[in-house]
Amino acid sequence: MANPAMTEAVYYIMLSLMKPMHGYGIMQNVEQLSGGRVRLAAGTLYGAINTLLEKGWIVAVAGENVSEKSFSRDRGNRKKEYLITEQGKEMLQDEIDRLQELLENGTRILLRQGDGK
Amino acid sequence: MRKVIHKWFWLWDFDKEEKWLNEMASKGLGLVAVGWCRYEFEDCAPGEYKICLDFLENKCSSVENEKYIAFLEETGAQQVGRMSRWVYFRKKVSGEDFQIFSDNASRIRYLTRIIRFIAVIGGMNFYFGCYNMFMLFQVMQYHVYINFFGVINFLIAAACGLGMSRIARKRKKLKTEQQIFE
Repeated sequence: MANPAMTEAVYYIMLSLMKPMHGYGIMQNVEQLSGGRVRLAAGTLYGAINTLLEKGWIVAVAGENVSEKSFSRDRGNRKKEYLITEQGKEMLQDEIDRLQELLENGTRILLRQGDGK
Repeated sequence: MRKVIHKWFWLWDFDKEEKWLNEMASKGLGLVAVGWCRYEFEDCAPGEYKICLDFLENKCSSVENEKYIAFLEETGAQQVGRMSRWVYFRKKVSGEDFQIFSDNASRIRYLTRIIRFIAVIGGMNFYFGCYNMFMLFQVMQYHVYINFFGVINFLIAAACGLGMSRIARKRKKLKTEQQIFE
């Protein structure tokens, strides 16, 4: 079965994480990407990041790849950065295909109506 | 200059509380500390800060909470106080509106956390209310004393029930909206 639709927030978070980024960086990047339309609030972003980490779509990194264990030791000293995984990229590709279908159907049917046919 | 104001808000009036704190901030009184029915303010430029309340997901002592608060502070919010599982954040006003949640799903989770918390308090009071009333029939000689506490317990339980239904109504509105919009 095809995956259910991603939320706009998750979609833009994953896109942002094609390169490593920390929380605040994601917020700024998403706002910029969407031309100021999508503004992620920190609490919502935090929840989304944790869910994505659990699913394995993104991972936490610190400069170079550091295991999650050594990471928690210096918790608070360093801003955590996140990066998309291969699995995450696949999910993103599936979502892009889904959006493509929505877009094509939408424009096709709406345009036909517009022509009065 | 520091100013302390004592004010009571019901557990379910958190929106009202937040609104009041923001009104104070717009008058030049920025929240710096909170206590039991106690709010401490310091002078700030009128409208310098926006205040937001949050209700933590985990027990007060949990490390997860500290991680969460650290994450929010990295984004420019500042924790000014904590009261049980309530956290008071403030952020300097700059262009964008300061909010903790930006979608309905996380707002619904926030309300659910609060409802569960009130349910525990209400449930406990209902239980002790029943217990006290039952005791009344067992030991009649203490009836005035026990009856009094029993009634108080029931009143608190009833108030919690009303409060919960009020929040649930708010949550339902968000859920209806979520059926169409994200």
